[in-house]
Amino acid sequence: MKEGFRQAMAWLHTWAGLIFGWLLFAIFLTGTLSYFKDEITHWMQPEVQAYPLDDARSLAAAQTYLQQQAPNAARWFITLPDSRDPGLSVMWQDNNDPGKRGNFIQKVLDPVTSQPVQARESMGGEFFYRFHFQLQMPYPWGRWLSTIAAMVMFVALITGIITHKKIFKDFFTFRPRKGQRSWLDGHNAVGVLVLPFHLMITYSSLVIFMSMVMPAPIVASYGDDSRAFFNEVFPNTNNAPALGQPGVLLPLGPMYAQARQQWAGGHVGRLVVNNPGDVNASVNVVRAGADRVVHDFGSSVSFNGTTGELLRVSGEQSLPAAIGGSFYGLHMGHFAGPVLRWLYFICGLAGTAMIGTGLVIWLGKRQLKHAKTAAMPFELRLVEVLNMASMAGLMIAIAAFFWANRLLPVSFAERSDWEVQTFFIAWGLSLLHAVLRRGRQGWVEQLSLGALLFVAIPLLNALTTSQHLGVSLASGDWAMAGFDLTCLASGLFLTWAAWKMQRRAAPQLKAERARGLTLKQEAN
Amino acid sequence: MKSKPSLPVVYRLAVTSRVLAAVVGGYLMASLAAVCLALWMPASRADAVITGMMSSFVFYLLAVIWCFACRTAGRAWFGVMLPSAMFATLAGIGLWMTRT
Repeated sequence: MKEGFRQAMAWLHTWAGLIFGWLLFAIFLTGTLSYFKDEITHWMQPEVQAYPLDDARSLAAAQTYLQQQAPNAARWFITLPDSRDPGLSVMWQDNNDPGKRGNFIQKVLDPVTSQPVQARESMGGEFFYRFHFQLQMPYPWGRWLSTIAAMVMFVALITGIITHKKIFKDFFTFRPRKGQRSWLDGHNAVGVLVLPFHLMITYSSLVIFMSMVMPAPIVASYGDDSRAFFNEVFPNTNNAPALGQPGVLLPLGPMYAQARQQWAGGHVGRLVVNNPGDVNASVNVVRAGADRVVHDFGSSVSFNGTTGELLRVSGEQSLPAAIGGSFYGLHMGHFAGPVLRWLYFICGLAGTAMIGTGLVIWLGKRQLKHAKTAAMPFELRLVEVLNMASMAGLMIAIAAFFWANRLLPVSFAERSDWEVQTFFIAWGLSLLHAVLRRGRQGWVEQLSLGALLFVAIPLLNALTTSQHLGVSLASGDWAMAGFDLTCLASGLFLTWAAWKMQRRAAPQLKAERARGLTLKQEAN
Repeated sequence: MKSKPSLPVVYRLAVTSRVLAAVVGGYLMASLAAVCLALWMPASRADAVITGMMSSFVFYLLAVIWCFACRTAGRAWFGVMLPSAMFATLAGIGLWMTRT
């Protein structure tokens, strides 16, 4: 590597981007969908009914249900409904074997009847959210891989900025219909336009898992006792152990009200009840993440569950914790209202597009050299296949996931798992198809199929539920209508892309013919 | 800098060596830098640890950039291991001071 600094950085950008590009594309696209995770869940479980928010009623319903179902659990978690997520979610950790960590059981309740909601089994938007950092791998491998991908993304971003020296001048350069040039201009434009978002989202993803991927400082300062670190950072998780004597848990409502007083009217996100059946029960009322940009895991008020005595109010965050919390809060975007949420979504799509155009450029540049020869070298063909399956194929897989949600019978055993299976089967088939079909044709076919699947989703919804666009728009159910309309828009975009792909070969021929014609005329 | 079949084996080994220096050496350096911050920062123990972890990725990035920007693979290793050794010494002193 005898070239200058910028060439070396361009090399690093190219290869780091290529090797992790496919994975990053999937992470970015599913992560972008996660900004509408509750809305997607609402579409995928149309049976869950939304009521006007009434925390007191929800809390009483959850407590009644948990007292009946899990009076001796190790821990209860109650997540209250909010304006985006109408479900009252309860979870408990069983206590069958005190020596081991108990299993978690989760149910979504109807806040009025305090019975589990009879909805079709589906992961909903949670699937995309989980996939984007766990990659469907066992714990903790998926988290490690996605964090490694984030580090590569960080390197690719910074080296991209270094490579792209004339960052502001070039930003105003867009040369449409110029093939390779247009792709590069597009790559640069989306890269620069949402650069603050890219830097924020990438660095924050590293910060979110920092205690997992960078544990050395914890070990150096705390030795083997890493619990001590978490107890110092989140004092309110340090709850009293069970005494082993049965106790009676007080109603949670007054504790909820007292906690809100402490926060000057701030909202409650969830309640954690430790050892609910014990005399030493404790209740942590945790503040809602949607209240502030700076996320504070430890922001909670603790009570003694049997006497109702206020035990602790978490203090203000220190500066480093607040910086970490703002990274977390900005990444998750819990605080974002509808406008800001759409802005997040658009920025996420821009990031996805930046990765996608980068992959296309890599291949396009190298394909030019082999345009004359019939056979493509193996490595270029490999990249082409992976490009197709990772981009067009992923779109098909996402659409297939939604189709499965509507077409699998509600009573089907392990229905939710089968939805996920459908996603991966569709993705696998698209990979197979990409292997079998030649480049451009494969693209056109996959994009067309994706377009068809997405465009038809509003229709499918109308045929299988009573909540089609006419109903959802009229009743102001914006999550339902927005989902249908976004699918329609995605379908139209894919149609346009397929049409472009189809025509790409034609204009070149036409141009050549036209040039021949003018030459002839000049000769005459 | 495309890897053509004509590229000599020496070149490929050099690139592999740089990648290892960047990934493994870079992680080592970033970890040690984070440990130094955690031990030496004049803040509470938990805050110093958080700051160390949070800033470690910038050290990692710098190490990676160095490994591919310098002239030879040997320099890549040298440029990563020298700061690592310095951070390790500092961390050692810090640990010794907290233990005694």
